[in-house]
Amino acid sequence: MIANFMAWIEKRLPLMDAMNKHAAQYPAPKNFNFWYVFGILASVVLVNQILTGIWLTMSYEPTGEGAFASIEYIMRDVDYGWLLRYMHSTGASAFFIVVYMHMFRGMMYGSYQKPRELLWIFGMFIFLVLMAEAFMGYLLPWGNMSYWGAQVIISLFGAIPIIGDDLTLWIRGDYVISGATLNRFFALHVIAMPLVLVILVFLHILALHEVGSNNPEGTDIKKKKGSVKPEELSKFTFHKQYSEKYDIVDAIPFHPYYTVKDLVAVVLFLIGFSWVLFFAPEGGGYFIEAPNFEPANNLKTPEHIVPVWYFGPFFTILRVVPDKLLGMITMFAAIGALFALPWFDRGTVKSLRFRSKAHMINLTQFAICFIALGILGTLPGTDLANNIGRVATLGYFGFFVAIWFYSKNEKTKPVPERVSG
Amino acid sequence: MSNAPVNNGRRRFLTAATSVVGGVGVVGLAVPFIGSWNPSAKAKAAGAPVEVNVSKIEPGQLVRAEWRGKPVYVVRRTKEVLSTLAAHDGQLKDPSSTEPQQPVYATNAYRSINPEILVALGVCTHLGCAPTHHKGDFEQHVSGVKDGFFCPCHGSKFDMAGRVFQSVPAPTNLVIPEHSFPTDGTLLIGISPGEA
Repeated sequence: MIANFMAWIEKRLPLMDAMNKHAAQYPAPKNFNFWYVFGILASVVLVNQILTGIWLTMSYEPTGEGAFASIEYIMRDVDYGWLLRYMHSTGASAFFIVVYMHMFRGMMYGSYQKPRELLWIFGMFIFLVLMAEAFMGYLLPWGNMSYWGAQVIISLFGAIPIIGDDLTLWIRGDYVISGATLNRFFALHVIAMPLVLVILVFLHILALHEVGSNNPEGTDIKKKKGSVKPEELSKFTFHKQYSEKYDIVDAIPFHPYYTVKDLVAVVLFLIGFSWVLFFAPEGGGYFIEAPNFEPANNLKTPEHIVPVWYFGPFFTILRVVPDKLLGMITMFAAIGALFALPWFDRGTVKSLRFRSKAHMINLTQFAICFIALGILGTLPGTDLANNIGRVATLGYFGFFVAIWFYSKNEKTKPVPERVSG
Repeated sequence: MSNAPVNNGRRRFLTAATSVVGGVGVVGLAVPFIGSWNPSAKAKAAGAPVEVNVSKIEPGQLVRAEWRGKPVYVVRRTKEVLSTLAAHDGQLKDPSSTEPQQPVYATNAYRSINPEILVALGVCTHLGCAPTHHKGDFEQHVSGVKDGFFCPCHGSKFDMAGRVFQSVPAPTNLVIPEHSFPTDGTLLIGISPGEA
């Protein structure tokens, strides 16, 4: 009876087939390490953001007059409102933590290299949309830091020659940031951006499953059909989409092997997440900044306007350039350079494990510069901070320049034919 | 099907023509979506020019007006202040107002239409704080200059023409908004002379 019903469905919409193709019979390299859990964690946080977000809109009021009060209402009067809001605000920071880790994993193991360029680009678009989503979401509580943070970022567009002033007016929908701005940011934050985000995530996973997962060694687990002795083939059954085209070695099905492994990571992550949620929901002033506990006031500027920590690296790059327009161009170039990473890196060896010492040093200095830029972004822009920021900015861009030069004729170690670990 | 006669030229023309007409439709359809982001009639009304009666301002006095949500400082400068403005040109970043921080008709030594009346946005060009007016006691910030504006947030300093001093965080002079004097005693902020 049930079997018949399932068969009836399968004939009309091959659901089981899709499940097999993307989970139970998806060949994943057997040597994933802990760096490979952040994709799943990002999906967990995405679900958290969407769920808590929907519930928050039920009590939130997107108007200049009512927004701040409605947040207080959620925090004090709505049953479990405080929990839902803190899940959402902590989730925003958690999202960036796991996404930054996920991106760094890709950089370490060369997961952006051919044939995974498009996969990387979809990922970068996800990152870009995520930043827009977070920026707009941060305005919604209508606290004073929300207001002035948005003021600083929107006024950036005013630096564009000729159209700048009209453009900022158009973005704000008013001569100052007002309820009109809040309302459109709300619309974009709760529907437009999430919709785009979910579509991009879908495409990201489709593109991943088309080219296959990379692994810490960067070895290819899909060999040419007929090139592998039968006893060397992976013992598992994989979907014919993969096994008909390739001989698959050193692979295990994503489900149940990695779903179970990821479950452990999810539990560990949720323990840490819950700790922040219940014991430090403001993240020490980094997740929710102190000036945001007073309502937006266009006549009172917070002493130091600093963005939330996850924008820190890009904000510092913006701030250390003395010219406003050049600063904005440099900031966008910092993101653009990441987009183009698959073409800056002209090497063919993927993993850090088999690449040159120069690459090791370059990637390490990039990570240090990125973290330094992030820390500086949360501090006041003193002369000393700006000078350190300039050095770190050079290091950031220097990474891309250097990799372009040394990757062409890089001294690499031989990459093993088969996964060794 | 495969043997059907095909006129490729006609097919290409029809495809191109359909695409062009469709493209025009998309552009037309985009107009209301983009246009709805412009300031609404309500926002425009709230951003209308503001009138200030300047005949009642004492020499040396500062009056605050609010225009488009921003504070506007209106100061009647004394003869003494006006005559000493040029004395500290050497300490300023942009003494002759080359940066476009003011309308063309206020690009002069006093940065105003009427030399006596300074009209400037009370918004620091650094990060948007409100500078405070120091009358007679500005020498604690810049020696030799008696009057000026000091921003309490990050210590930016401006003179009585809203011009920024050197080695402070603010990059440019205070913004002079569009303004005009339709009659002798009234100041209209937000509209240039000769505009309706």
